[in-house]
Amino acid sequence: MAKRDRLSGNEAVAYAMKQIDPDVMGAFPITPSTEIPQYFAQYVANGEVNTEYVTVESEHSSMSTCIGAEAAGARAVTATSSCGLALMWELLYVASSSRLPVTLACVNRALSGPININNDHSDSMGARDAGWIQIYAENNQEAYDNYLQAMPIGENPAVRLPVMVCQDGFITSHAVENIELCDDADVKNFVGTYEPEHYLLKHDNPLAVGPYGVSPYYMDAKMGQVEAMKNAKEVILAVGKKFGEMTGRSYGFFETYQLEDAESAVLLIGSSAGTARATVDKLRAQGKKVGMLKLRVFRPFPAEELAAALEHLKALAILDKAESFSNAGGPLGAEVRGALYDLDHHPKTINYVYGLGGRDFRVQDCETIFNALDEIIRTGNTGARYRHLGQRE
Amino acid sequence: MKKPVEIRWHGRGGQGAKTACLLLADAAFSSGKYVQGFPEYGPERMGAPITAYNRISDERCTVHSNIYNPDYVVVVDETLLESVNVTAGLSNEGAIIINTEKTPEEIRPMLNGYSGKVCTIDARRISEETLGKNFPNTPMLAAAVKVSGVVEPNRFVSDMKASFQHKFSTKPQVIEGNMNALAKSMREVQIG
Repeated sequence: MAKRDRLSGNEAVAYAMKQIDPDVMGAFPITPSTEIPQYFAQYVANGEVNTEYVTVESEHSSMSTCIGAEAAGARAVTATSSCGLALMWELLYVASSSRLPVTLACVNRALSGPININNDHSDSMGARDAGWIQIYAENNQEAYDNYLQAMPIGENPAVRLPVMVCQDGFITSHAVENIELCDDADVKNFVGTYEPEHYLLKHDNPLAVGPYGVSPYYMDAKMGQVEAMKNAKEVILAVGKKFGEMTGRSYGFFETYQLEDAESAVLLIGSSAGTARATVDKLRAQGKKVGMLKLRVFRPFPAEELAAALEHLKALAILDKAESFSNAGGPLGAEVRGALYDLDHHPKTINYVYGLGGRDFRVQDCETIFNALDEIIRTGNTGARYRHLGQRE
Repeated sequence: MKKPVEIRWHGRGGQGAKTACLLLADAAFSSGKYVQGFPEYGPERMGAPITAYNRISDERCTVHSNIYNPDYVVVVDETLLESVNVTAGLSNEGAIIINTEKTPEEIRPMLNGYSGKVCTIDARRISEETLGKNFPNTPMLAAAVKVSGVVEPNRFVSDMKASFQHKFSTKPQVIEGNMNALAKSMREVQIG
Protein backbone atom coordinates (compact mmCIF):
# COMPACT_ATOMS: atom_id res chain seq x y z
CA MET A 1 0.00 0.00 0.00
CA ALA A 2 1.29 3.40 -0.96
CA LYS A 3 1.70 5.79 1.94
CA ARG A 4 0.56 9.42 1.93
CA ASP A 5 3.03 11.76 3.55
CA ARG A 6 4.38 15.30 3.36
CA LEU A 7 8.05 15.74 2.58
CA SER A 8 10.37 18.27 1.05
CA GLY A 9 12.12 17.40 -2.22
CA ASN A 10 15.36 16.67 -0.38
CA GLU A 11 13.59 14.44 2.17
CA ALA A 12 11.85 12.62 -0.68
CA VAL A 13 15.14 11.84 -2.46
CA ALA A 14 16.86 10.77 0.79
CA TYR A 15 13.87 8.50 1.49
CA ALA A 16 14.09 6.98 -2.01
CA MET A 17 17.80 6.34 -1.39
CA LYS A 18 16.97 4.63 1.89
CA GLN A 19 14.41 2.40 0.19
CA ILE A 20 16.96 1.48 -2.50
CA ASP A 21 19.80 0.96 0.02
CA PRO A 22 22.69 1.54 -2.43
CA ASP A 23 26.13 0.01 -1.80
CA VAL A 24 28.09 3.27 -1.63
CA MET A 25 27.41 6.97 -1.15
CA GLY A 26 30.04 9.60 -1.83
CA ALA A 27 28.98 12.41 0.49
CA PHE A 28 29.94 16.07 0.45
CA PRO A 29 27.58 18.90 1.45
CA ILE A 30 26.63 21.96 -0.58
CA THR A 31 23.50 24.13 -0.32
CA PRO A 32 20.73 23.35 -1.25
CA SER A 33 21.50 19.61 -1.63
CA THR A 34 23.14 19.27 1.82
CA GLU A 35 20.04 17.77 3.43
CA ILE A 36 20.22 14.70 1.18
CA PRO A 37 23.52 13.34 2.60
CA GLN A 38 22.45 14.75 6.01
CA TYR A 39 19.17 12.78 6.17
CA PHE A 40 20.84 9.76 4.63
CA ALA A 41 23.58 9.86 7.29
CA GLN A 42 20.85 9.35 9.91
CA TYR A 43 19.63 6.24 8.10
CA VAL A 44 23.22 4.98 8.07
CA ALA A 45 23.69 5.80 11.78
CA ASN A 46 20.40 4.08 12.67
CA GLY A 47 21.42 0.96 10.78
CA GLU A 48 18.44 1.31 8.42
CA VAL A 49 20.69 0.91 5.36
CA ASN A 50 23.83 -1.08 4.63
CA THR A 51 25.45 1.65 2.55
CA GLU A 52 29.16 2.41 2.82
CA TYR A 53 28.91 6.14 3.55
CA VAL A 54 32.14 7.77 2.40
CA THR A 55 32.69 11.32 3.65
CA VAL A 56 35.19 13.07 1.43
CA GLU A 57 36.87 16.46 1.21
CA SER A 58 35.32 17.70 -2.05
CA GLU A 59 32.86 16.93 -4.81
CA HIS A 60 35.75 15.93 -7.06
CA SER A 61 36.32 13.15 -4.55
CA SER A 62 32.67 12.24 -4.02
CA MET A 63 32.31 11.61 -7.76
CA SER A 64 35.64 9.78 -7.79
CA THR A 65 34.35 7.60 -4.95
CA CYS A 66 31.26 6.77 -6.99
CA ILE A 67 33.36 5.98 -10.06
CA GLY A 68 35.66 3.68 -8.09
CA ALA A 69 32.74 1.91 -6.46
CA GLU A 70 30.82 1.47 -9.71
CA ALA A 71 33.94 0.20 -11.50
CA ALA A 72 34.28 -2.38 -8.74
CA GLY A 73 30.72 -3.53 -9.46
CA ALA A 74 28.85 -1.65 -6.73
CA ARG A 75 25.83 0.64 -6.96
CA ALA A 76 26.91 4.19 -6.06
CA VAL A 77 25.06 7.45 -5.46
CA THR A 78 25.83 11.06 -4.62
CA ALA A 79 24.12 14.44 -4.41
CA THR A 80 25.30 17.93 -5.22
CA SER A 81 24.47 21.43 -6.47
CA SER A 82 25.98 24.34 -8.36
CA CYS A 83 29.73 24.75 -7.76
CA GLY A 84 29.83 21.21 -6.40
CA LEU A 85 28.71 19.91 -9.78
CA ALA A 86 31.22 22.21 -11.44
CA LEU A 87 34.01 20.71 -9.35
CA MET A 88 32.92 17.24 -10.53
CA TRP A 89 33.17 18.29 -14.18
CA GLU A 90 36.22 16.24 -15.12
CA LEU A 91 34.83 13.15 -13.42
CA LEU A 92 31.37 13.44 -14.96
CA TYR A 93 32.97 12.62 -18.31
CA VAL A 94 34.98 9.77 -16.77
CA ALA A 95 31.81 8.21 -15.32
CA SER A 96 29.88 8.36 -18.59
CA SER A 97 32.75 7.28 -20.87
CA SER A 98 33.60 4.39 -18.52
CA ARG A 99 29.90 3.49 -18.78
CA LEU A 100 29.36 3.54 -15.02
CA PRO A 101 25.72 4.11 -14.06
CA VAL A 102 26.25 6.41 -11.07
CA THR A 103 23.06 8.12 -9.84
CA LEU A 104 23.50 11.78 -8.97
CA ALA A 105 20.77 13.81 -7.25
CA CYS A 106 21.34 17.32 -8.61
CA VAL A 107 19.56 20.05 -6.67
CA ASN A 108 19.76 22.85 -9.21
CA ARG A 109 21.36 26.08 -8.06
CA ALA A 110 22.94 29.03 -9.85
CA LEU A 111 26.67 28.97 -10.51
CA SER A 112 28.82 31.72 -9.02
CA GLY A 113 29.24 34.63 -9.52
CA PRO A 114 27.95 36.70 -8.06
CA ILE A 115 27.67 33.96 -5.46
CA ASN A 116 24.04 32.92 -5.06
CA ILE A 117 22.41 29.94 -3.38
CA ASN A 118 19.10 29.99 -5.24
CA ASN A 119 17.69 28.10 -8.15
CA ASP A 120 18.41 28.15 -11.83
CA HIS A 121 19.61 25.46 -14.23
CA SER A 122 23.07 26.79 -15.05
CA ASP A 123 24.79 23.92 -13.20
CA SER A 124 23.19 20.95 -14.95
CA MET A 125 22.79 22.76 -18.29
CA GLY A 126 26.53 23.36 -18.22
CA ALA A 127 26.98 19.59 -17.87
CA ARG A 128 24.65 18.80 -20.75
CA ASP A 129 27.46 17.51 -23.00
CA ALA A 130 28.99 15.26 -20.31
CA GLY A 131 27.19 12.16 -21.54
CA TRP A 132 24.83 11.84 -18.60
CA ILE A 133 21.13 11.14 -18.82
CA GLN A 134 19.30 14.16 -17.34
CA ILE A 135 15.80 13.91 -15.88
CA TYR A 136 14.08 16.96 -14.32
CA ALA A 137 11.29 17.11 -11.72
CA GLU A 138 8.45 19.60 -11.28
CA ASN A 139 7.86 18.86 -7.59
CA ASN A 140 8.77 16.58 -4.67
CA GLN A 141 6.65 13.71 -6.04
CA GLU A 142 8.46 13.76 -9.35
CA ALA A 143 11.86 14.07 -7.67
CA TYR A 144 11.02 10.87 -5.76
CA ASP A 145 9.51 9.06 -8.73
CA ASN A 146 12.37 10.02 -11.07
CA TYR A 147 14.92 8.87 -8.53
CA LEU A 148 13.31 5.43 -8.33
CA GLN A 149 13.45 5.16 -12.13
CA ALA A 150 17.07 6.29 -12.49
CA MET A 151 18.77 2.95 -11.79
CA PRO A 152 16.48 0.76 -13.92
CA ILE A 153 17.28 3.20 -16.77
CA GLY A 154 21.01 3.77 -16.24
CA GLU A 155 21.90 0.19 -15.30
CA ASN A 156 20.04 -1.37 -18.23
CA PRO A 157 22.69 -3.35 -20.22
CA ALA A 158 21.68 -1.51 -23.42
CA VAL A 159 22.32 1.84 -21.70
CA ARG A 160 24.93 1.68 -18.91
CA LEU A 161 25.09 5.44 -18.44
CA PRO A 162 25.10 7.65 -15.35
CA VAL A 163 21.88 9.48 -14.51
CA MET A 164 21.42 12.97 -13.11
CA VAL A 165 18.07 13.37 -11.34
CA CYS A 166 17.42 17.10 -11.10
CA GLN A 167 15.08 19.16 -8.94
CA ASP A 168 14.87 22.91 -8.36
CA GLY A 169 16.89 24.15 -5.39
CA PHE A 170 14.78 25.54 -2.51
CA ILE A 171 11.61 25.80 -4.65
CA THR A 172 11.36 22.00 -4.65
CA SER A 173 14.18 20.83 -2.39
CA HIS A 174 13.04 22.83 0.65
CA ALA A 175 9.28 22.95 0.03
CA VAL A 176 7.17 20.53 2.03
CA GLU A 177 4.25 19.24 -0.02
CA ASN A 178 2.00 16.20 -0.06
CA ILE A 179 3.58 13.09 -1.55
CA GLU A 180 2.70 9.47 -2.14
CA LEU A 181 5.46 7.02 -1.20
CA CYS A 182 5.83 3.45 -2.43
CA ASP A 183 6.21 0.41 -0.21
CA ASP A 184 9.79 -0.63 0.51
CA ALA A 185 9.18 -4.05 -1.02
CA ASP A 186 7.75 -2.53 -4.21
CA VAL A 187 10.77 -0.24 -4.52
CA LYS A 188 13.21 -3.12 -4.01
CA ASN A 189 11.35 -5.13 -6.62
CA PHE A 190 11.16 -2.24 -9.09
CA VAL A 191 14.78 -1.12 -8.77
CA GLY A 192 16.18 -4.66 -8.49
CA THR A 193 19.75 -5.56 -7.61
CA TYR A 194 22.67 -4.32 -9.67
CA GLU A 195 24.40 -7.19 -11.42
CA PRO A 196 26.83 -5.76 -13.97
CA GLU A 197 28.13 -8.13 -16.61
CA HIS A 198 31.72 -6.89 -16.29
CA TYR A 199 33.48 -5.14 -13.46
CA LEU A 200 36.93 -4.49 -12.10
CA LEU A 201 36.87 -7.02 -9.29
CA LYS A 202 35.22 -9.88 -11.16
CA HIS A 203 37.50 -12.74 -10.27
CA ASP A 204 37.09 -14.96 -13.33
CA ASN A 205 37.10 -12.13 -15.89
CA PRO A 206 38.72 -8.97 -14.51
CA LEU A 207 38.29 -5.76 -16.47
CA ALA A 208 40.47 -2.71 -17.05
CA VAL A 209 38.64 0.54 -16.40
CA GLY A 210 39.80 3.88 -17.73
CA PRO A 211 42.71 2.88 -19.99
CA TYR A 212 44.21 5.33 -22.49
CA GLY A 213 42.10 5.65 -25.65
CA VAL A 214 44.42 5.94 -28.61
CA SER A 215 43.13 7.75 -31.68
CA PRO A 216 42.16 4.57 -33.54
CA TYR A 217 39.81 3.70 -30.61
CA TYR A 218 38.77 6.96 -28.89
CA MET A 219 36.07 7.87 -31.38
CA ASP A 220 34.64 4.37 -31.29
CA ALA A 221 34.33 4.65 -27.52
CA LYS A 222 32.41 7.89 -28.05
CA MET A 223 30.18 6.14 -30.60
CA GLY A 224 29.45 3.57 -27.90
CA GLN A 225 28.16 6.39 -25.70
CA VAL A 226 26.13 7.80 -28.59
CA GLU A 227 24.55 4.41 -29.16
CA ALA A 228 23.83 4.03 -25.43
CA MET A 229 22.14 7.43 -25.32
CA LYS A 230 20.04 6.42 -28.32
CA ASN A 231 19.05 3.16 -26.62
CA ALA A 232 18.20 5.09 -23.46
CA LYS A 233 15.13 6.58 -25.16
CA GLU A 234 13.33 3.27 -25.43
CA VAL A 235 14.40 2.23 -21.93
CA ILE A 236 13.20 5.53 -20.39
CA LEU A 237 9.76 5.02 -21.92
CA ALA A 238 9.57 1.37 -20.84
CA VAL A 239 10.62 2.20 -17.26
CA GLY A 240 8.21 5.16 -17.12
CA LYS A 241 5.36 2.91 -18.23
CA LYS A 242 6.25 0.15 -15.77
CA PHE A 243 6.43 2.75 -12.99
CA GLY A 244 2.92 3.83 -13.97
CA GLU A 245 1.66 0.28 -13.68
CA MET A 246 3.01 0.17 -10.13
CA THR A 247 1.91 3.62 -8.93
CA GLY A 248 -0.63 5.04 -11.38
CA ARG A 249 1.90 7.75 -12.29
CA SER A 250 3.34 7.11 -15.77
CA TYR A 251 6.22 9.10 -17.22
CA GLY A 252 7.48 9.88 -20.73
CA PHE A 253 10.00 12.32 -22.20
CA PHE A 254 7.69 15.24 -21.50
CA GLU A 255 4.23 16.08 -20.26
CA THR A 256 1.78 18.15 -22.26
CA TYR A 257 -1.04 20.17 -20.74
CA GLN A 258 -3.92 21.50 -22.86
CA LEU A 259 -1.55 21.38 -25.82
CA GLU A 260 -3.56 19.41 -28.38
CA ASP A 261 -5.84 22.23 -29.56
CA ALA A 262 -3.62 25.08 -28.38
CA GLU A 263 -2.54 27.90 -30.69
CA SER A 264 0.22 29.11 -28.42
CA ALA A 265 2.23 27.38 -25.71
CA VAL A 266 5.15 27.65 -23.35
CA LEU A 267 7.85 24.98 -23.12
CA LEU A 268 9.82 24.80 -19.91
CA ILE A 269 11.59 22.62 -17.34
CA GLY A 270 11.09 22.07 -13.61
CA SER A 271 8.99 23.70 -10.89
CA SER A 272 7.89 26.62 -13.11
CA ALA A 273 5.77 24.14 -15.04
CA GLY A 274 3.33 24.05 -12.10
CA THR A 275 2.98 27.81 -12.24
CA ALA A 276 2.53 27.63 -16.03
CA ARG A 277 -0.19 25.01 -15.54
CA ALA A 278 -2.12 27.36 -13.25
CA THR A 279 -1.67 30.14 -15.83
CA VAL A 280 -3.03 27.91 -18.61
CA ASP A 281 -6.08 27.14 -16.43
CA LYS A 282 -6.65 30.84 -15.85
CA LEU A 283 -6.37 31.76 -19.54
CA ARG A 284 -8.39 28.75 -20.73
CA ALA A 285 -11.19 29.96 -18.43
CA GLN A 286 -11.09 33.19 -20.48
CA GLY A 287 -11.44 31.14 -23.68
CA LYS A 288 -7.81 31.43 -24.81
CA LYS A 289 -6.31 28.46 -26.65
CA VAL A 290 -3.11 28.11 -24.69
CA GLY A 291 -1.08 25.10 -23.58
CA MET A 292 2.11 23.97 -21.94
CA LEU A 293 4.83 21.40 -22.52
CA LYS A 294 7.03 20.41 -19.60
CA LEU A 295 10.26 18.73 -20.65
CA ARG A 296 11.25 15.94 -18.26
CA VAL A 297 14.11 14.31 -20.14
CA PHE A 298 16.72 16.71 -21.55
CA ARG A 299 19.36 14.01 -22.22
CA PRO A 300 18.69 12.09 -24.38
CA PHE A 301 16.95 14.98 -26.15
CA PRO A 302 13.59 13.83 -27.60
CA ALA A 303 13.86 15.95 -30.75
CA GLU A 304 11.46 14.08 -33.06
CA GLU A 305 8.84 13.63 -30.36
CA LEU A 306 8.97 17.33 -29.46
CA ALA A 307 8.66 18.36 -33.10
CA ALA A 308 5.56 16.19 -33.48
CA ALA A 309 3.96 17.59 -30.32
CA LEU A 310 4.68 21.25 -31.19
CA GLU A 311 4.15 21.25 -34.98
CA HIS A 312 0.55 22.49 -34.92
CA LEU A 313 1.22 25.58 -32.78
CA LYS A 314 1.15 29.09 -34.21
CA ALA A 315 3.56 30.48 -31.62
CA LEU A 316 5.80 28.95 -28.98
CA ALA A 317 7.83 30.43 -26.14
CA ILE A 318 10.80 28.35 -24.95
CA LEU A 319 11.87 29.20 -21.40
CA ASP A 320 15.48 28.75 -20.34
CA LYS A 321 16.53 28.96 -16.68
CA ALA A 322 20.15 29.25 -17.79
CA GLU A 323 22.03 31.86 -19.78
CA SER A 324 24.54 30.57 -22.31
CA PHE A 325 25.89 33.95 -23.51
CA SER A 326 25.57 32.87 -27.12
CA ASN A 327 23.79 36.14 -27.90
CA ALA A 328 21.16 33.99 -29.62
CA GLY A 329 19.30 32.31 -26.74
CA GLY A 330 19.62 29.68 -24.04
CA PRO A 331 20.48 25.97 -24.35
CA LEU A 332 16.88 24.73 -24.38
CA GLY A 333 15.89 27.38 -26.92
CA ALA A 334 18.67 26.36 -29.28
CA GLU A 335 17.85 22.65 -29.09
CA VAL A 336 14.08 23.02 -29.41
CA ARG A 337 14.48 25.34 -32.39
CA GLY A 338 16.88 22.80 -33.89
CA ALA A 339 14.25 20.10 -33.41
CA LEU A 340 11.62 22.21 -35.20
CA TYR A 341 13.82 23.34 -38.10
CA ASP A 342 13.25 20.35 -40.38
CA LEU A 343 9.46 20.59 -40.16
CA ASP A 344 7.76 21.97 -43.30
CA HIS A 345 5.70 24.28 -41.13
CA HIS A 346 6.81 25.24 -37.68
CA PRO A 347 5.56 27.65 -35.05
CA LYS A 348 7.09 31.07 -34.65
CA THR A 349 9.35 30.81 -31.62
CA ILE A 350 10.67 33.18 -29.00
CA ASN A 351 13.19 32.19 -26.36
CA TYR A 352 13.11 33.67 -22.87
CA VAL A 353 15.89 33.44 -20.31
CA TYR A 354 14.21 33.74 -16.90
CA GLY A 355 14.48 32.95 -13.20
CA LEU A 356 18.27 33.25 -12.91
CA GLY A 357 19.63 33.02 -9.35
CA GLY A 358 16.15 32.40 -7.93
CA ARG A 359 14.30 35.32 -9.54
CA ASP A 360 10.69 34.38 -8.96
CA PHE A 361 8.42 33.13 -11.77
CA ARG A 362 4.82 34.11 -11.02
CA VAL A 363 1.51 33.46 -12.75
CA GLN A 364 1.58 37.07 -13.95
CA ASP A 365 5.03 36.51 -15.53
CA CYS A 366 3.69 33.54 -17.43
CA GLU A 367 0.70 35.65 -18.54
CA THR A 368 3.14 38.25 -19.91
CA ILE A 369 4.64 35.52 -22.08
CA PHE A 370 1.25 34.36 -23.36
CA ASN A 371 0.40 38.01 -24.15
CA ALA A 372 3.61 38.27 -26.17
CA LEU A 373 2.64 35.11 -28.07
CA ASP A 374 -0.85 36.58 -28.72
CA GLU A 375 0.81 39.64 -30.19
CA ILE A 376 2.96 37.50 -32.49
CA ILE A 377 -0.08 35.57 -33.74
CA ARG A 378 -2.10 38.77 -34.22
CA THR A 379 0.57 40.74 -36.07
CA GLY A 380 2.49 37.92 -37.75
CA ASN A 381 5.65 39.61 -36.53
CA THR A 382 7.92 37.59 -34.21
CA GLY A 383 9.95 40.57 -33.01
CA ALA A 384 12.92 39.85 -30.74
CA ARG A 385 13.56 36.10 -30.71
CA TYR A 386 15.83 36.18 -27.64
CA ARG A 387 14.37 37.90 -24.60
CA HIS A 388 14.84 38.16 -20.85
CA LEU A 389 11.94 38.02 -18.42
CA GLY A 390 11.59 40.34 -15.46
CA GLN A 391 15.02 41.95 -15.53
CA ARG A 392 15.43 45.56 -14.49
CA GLU A 393 15.79 48.07 -17.31
CA MET B 1 -10.10 25.52 -8.25
CA LYS B 2 -10.89 27.33 -5.02
CA LYS B 3 -8.10 29.72 -4.10
CA PRO B 4 -5.80 28.25 -1.45
CA VAL B 5 -5.36 30.04 1.88
CA GLU B 6 -2.01 31.82 1.64
CA ILE B 7 0.10 32.73 4.67
CA ARG B 8 3.37 34.67 4.81
CA TRP B 9 5.74 34.45 7.78
CA HIS B 10 8.29 37.14 8.65
CA GLY B 11 11.03 36.36 11.13
CA ARG B 12 14.74 36.53 11.69
CA GLY B 13 17.16 33.69 11.02
CA GLY B 14 17.34 31.44 14.09
CA GLN B 15 13.93 32.31 15.58
CA GLY B 16 12.11 29.36 14.11
CA ALA B 17 9.76 31.09 11.64
CA LYS B 18 10.57 28.44 9.04
CA THR B 19 9.98 25.68 11.61
CA ALA B 20 6.62 27.20 12.57
CA CYS B 21 5.69 27.39 8.88
CA LEU B 22 6.57 23.72 8.40
CA LEU B 23 4.67 22.76 11.59
CA LEU B 24 1.59 24.53 10.23
CA ALA B 25 1.98 22.55 6.97
CA ASP B 26 2.21 19.39 9.11
CA ALA B 27 -0.92 20.25 11.06
CA ALA B 28 -2.90 21.07 7.91
CA PHE B 29 -1.66 17.87 6.23
CA SER B 30 -2.83 15.86 9.25
CA SER B 31 -6.30 17.36 8.88
CA GLY B 32 -6.46 16.15 5.28
CA LYS B 33 -5.41 19.25 3.36
CA TYR B 34 -2.99 19.77 0.49
CA VAL B 35 -0.12 21.87 1.77
CA GLN B 36 2.92 23.82 0.76
CA GLY B 37 5.44 25.10 3.31
CA PHE B 38 8.63 26.70 2.06
CA PRO B 39 11.24 29.25 3.12
CA GLU B 40 12.79 32.07 1.12
CA TYR B 41 16.45 32.54 1.98
CA GLY B 42 18.73 35.44 1.37
CA PRO B 43 22.28 35.31 2.69
CA GLU B 44 22.22 32.66 5.45
CA ARG B 45 23.01 34.21 8.79
CA MET B 46 21.50 34.47 12.27
CA GLY B 47 19.31 37.52 12.70
CA ALA B 48 18.82 38.33 8.99
CA PRO B 49 15.17 38.80 7.95
CA ILE B 50 13.70 35.62 6.46
CA THR B 51 10.36 34.90 4.89
CA ALA B 52 8.46 31.62 4.79
CA TYR B 53 5.20 30.71 3.09
CA ASN B 54 2.22 28.37 3.37
CA ARG B 55 -0.44 27.48 0.85
CA ILE B 56 -3.24 25.31 2.23
CA SER B 57 -6.04 23.99 0.03
CA ASP B 58 -8.43 21.15 -0.70
CA GLU B 59 -6.74 20.33 -4.04
CA ARG B 60 -3.05 20.21 -4.91
CA CYS B 61 -1.83 23.71 -5.69
CA THR B 62 0.73 23.68 -8.52
CA VAL B 63 1.85 27.32 -8.30
CA HIS B 64 5.43 27.42 -7.06
CA SER B 65 6.07 31.14 -6.81
CA ASN B 66 6.40 33.11 -3.59
CA ILE B 67 3.23 34.63 -2.12
CA TYR B 68 2.52 38.29 -2.91
CA ASN B 69 -1.13 38.63 -1.84
CA PRO B 70 -1.40 36.63 1.38
CA ASP B 71 -4.59 36.13 3.34
CA TYR B 72 -2.61 36.18 6.59
CA VAL B 73 0.76 37.53 7.68
CA VAL B 74 2.58 36.35 10.83
CA VAL B 75 5.36 38.54 12.25
CA VAL B 76 7.57 36.59 14.66
CA ASP B 77 9.84 39.56 15.43
CA GLU B 78 8.30 42.96 16.18
CA THR B 79 11.47 44.85 15.17
CA LEU B 80 10.83 43.84 11.56
CA LEU B 81 7.96 46.36 11.47
CA GLU B 82 10.62 49.08 11.16
CA SER B 83 12.51 47.54 8.24
CA VAL B 84 10.15 45.26 6.28
CA ASN B 85 6.83 46.23 4.67
CA VAL B 86 5.04 43.33 6.33
CA THR B 87 1.55 44.28 5.12
CA ALA B 88 2.61 44.41 1.42
CA GLY B 89 -0.19 42.82 -0.63
CA LEU B 90 -2.01 41.57 2.49
CA SER B 91 -5.75 41.05 1.97
CA ASN B 92 -7.98 43.43 3.94
CA GLU B 93 -10.32 40.45 4.46
CA GLY B 94 -7.49 38.67 6.26
CA ALA B 95 -5.35 39.49 9.28
CA ILE B 96 -1.86 40.23 10.52
CA ILE B 97 -0.63 38.50 13.67
CA ILE B 98 2.28 40.11 15.51
CA ASN B 99 4.49 38.96 18.37
CA THR B 100 4.38 41.97 20.72
CA GLU B 101 3.48 43.13 24.22
CA LYS B 102 1.37 45.87 22.65
CA THR B 103 -2.37 45.80 21.99
CA PRO B 104 -3.83 45.78 18.46
CA GLU B 105 -4.81 49.46 18.93
CA GLU B 106 -1.22 50.40 19.75
CA ILE B 107 0.20 48.44 16.79
CA ARG B 108 -2.25 49.49 14.07
CA PRO B 109 -0.68 52.95 13.48
CA MET B 110 2.60 51.19 12.61
CA LEU B 111 1.03 49.22 9.74
CA ASN B 112 0.90 51.69 6.84
CA GLY B 113 -2.87 52.11 7.01
CA TYR B 114 -3.69 48.39 6.87
CA SER B 115 -7.46 48.14 7.44
CA GLY B 116 -7.90 44.38 8.06
CA LYS B 117 -7.76 42.60 11.41
CA VAL B 118 -4.71 43.29 13.58
CA CYS B 119 -3.94 40.58 16.11
CA THR B 120 -1.28 40.64 18.80
CA ILE B 121 0.19 37.99 21.04
CA ASP B 122 2.99 38.26 23.60
CA ALA B 123 4.74 35.11 22.41
CA ARG B 124 7.95 35.97 24.21
CA ARG B 125 6.27 36.11 27.64
CA ILE B 126 4.21 32.99 26.97
CA SER B 127 7.30 31.10 25.84
CA GLU B 128 9.30 32.23 28.87
CA GLU B 129 6.45 31.25 31.23
CA THR B 130 5.83 27.83 29.70
CA LEU B 131 9.21 26.80 28.27
CA GLY B 132 11.57 28.92 30.37
CA LYS B 133 13.17 30.37 27.23
CA ASN B 134 12.28 32.64 24.33
CA PHE B 135 11.11 30.25 21.59
CA PRO B 136 8.34 32.35 20.07
CA ASN B 137 7.45 30.01 17.22
CA THR B 138 5.16 27.62 19.10
CA PRO B 139 2.87 30.37 20.47
CA MET B 140 2.96 32.17 17.09
CA LEU B 141 1.87 28.98 15.34
CA ALA B 142 -1.04 28.56 17.76
CA ALA B 143 -2.13 32.18 17.29
CA ALA B 144 -1.96 31.78 13.50
CA VAL B 145 -4.19 28.70 13.67
CA LYS B 146 -6.67 30.41 16.00
CA VAL B 147 -6.96 33.54 13.84
CA SER B 148 -6.92 31.92 10.39
CA GLY B 149 -9.00 28.84 11.19
CA VAL B 150 -7.10 26.87 8.52
CA VAL B 151 -7.10 23.92 10.90
CA GLU B 152 -9.87 23.12 13.35
CA PRO B 153 -8.43 24.17 16.78
CA ASN B 154 -9.20 20.99 18.78
CA ARG B 155 -7.87 18.83 16.00
CA PHE B 156 -4.79 21.04 15.87
CA VAL B 157 -4.09 20.63 19.59
CA SER B 158 -4.34 16.84 19.46
CA ASP B 159 -2.23 16.62 16.29
CA MET B 160 0.42 18.85 17.80
CA LYS B 161 0.60 16.67 20.88
CA ALA B 162 1.35 13.66 18.71
CA SER B 163 3.84 15.69 16.70
CA PHE B 164 5.70 16.93 19.83
CA GLN B 165 5.74 13.41 21.28
CA HIS B 166 7.44 12.28 18.10
CA LYS B 167 9.76 15.27 17.76
CA PHE B 168 10.83 15.36 21.40
CA SER B 169 10.89 11.61 22.08
CA THR B 170 14.36 11.99 23.62
CA LYS B 171 13.37 14.96 25.82
CA PRO B 172 9.76 14.41 26.92
CA GLN B 173 10.09 17.12 29.58
CA VAL B 174 9.54 19.82 26.96
CA ILE B 175 6.30 18.35 25.59
CA GLU B 176 4.10 19.67 28.39
CA GLY B 177 5.66 23.13 28.15
CA ASN B 178 5.01 23.29 24.42
CA MET B 179 1.41 22.13 24.87
CA ASN B 180 0.89 24.78 27.56
CA ALA B 181 2.38 27.39 25.22
CA LEU B 182 -0.11 26.42 22.51
CA ALA B 183 -3.11 26.54 24.85
CA LYS B 184 -2.08 29.83 26.45
CA SER B 185 -1.46 31.48 23.10
CA MET B 186 -4.84 30.42 21.72
CA ARG B 187 -6.50 31.91 24.82
CA GLU B 188 -4.53 35.14 24.90
CA VAL B 189 -4.30 36.25 21.26
CA GLN B 190 -5.98 39.66 20.95
CA ILE B 191 -8.02 40.27 17.84
CA GLY B 192 -8.56 43.92 17.02
